[in-house]
Amino acid sequence: MNLQLSHFTAALLFSLFASVVFGITQKNTPREQFRYGLKCFAWFVFGLIGGGWLMWLIRH
Amino acid sequence: MPAPESKAEAKTYPLNAMGVLAPIVGWLIPGAGHIIQKRWIRGLILMATITIMFAFGLAMQGQVHEPNTGDILDMLGFVGDLGAGYLYFASRILGWGQGAINLATADYGSKFLIVAGLLNIICAVDAHQIAIGKKP
Repeated sequence: MNLQLSHFTAALLFSLFASVVFGITQKNTPREQFRYGLKCFAWFVFGLIGGGWLMWLIRH
Repeated sequence: MPAPESKAEAKTYPLNAMGVLAPIVGWLIPGAGHIIQKRWIRGLILMATITIMFAFGLAMQGQVHEPNTGDILDMLGFVGDLGAGYLYFASRILGWGQGAINLATADYGSKFLIVAGLLNIICAVDAHQIAIGKKP
């Protein structure tokens, strides 16, 4: 099997998996875990898009 | 006049048998450290997450690192991969994860494999903290 994902899709999947683990392991109650996981995912995506724009600015 | 005693006493968490067993089981089988402590939902979610991430890494033709190739980056990759427990050993035995250097996605796959292992180590530590009562 050869899965060909774009860099963006791969980064989104990476963010999702990491956020799930961070949420469950870093907080105690299910509500806190869900909120923290969501927050981590949002930060990952923000960093991804922000990093992309930063590289675009450096290039131009 | 005596110094006022601190109200918050330092709480200790003595090591018990489960505190040793849970992280080892959790390392070998992702999520199992939580499952043996009857944290069913957490354990199953962690098991699914780590396993799917590792499977994505393999499907993207990522490289499963060998212990000692002489390259420091490979050795660090090996440490990360090893964190995935039985997934790493099964991959090595079955000859999966040879890596395809001609594909950009293979590099993403290698990172998925390493990070799946590192996340599993976090899960194993969490299982230990639950076992000793530091975390509910």
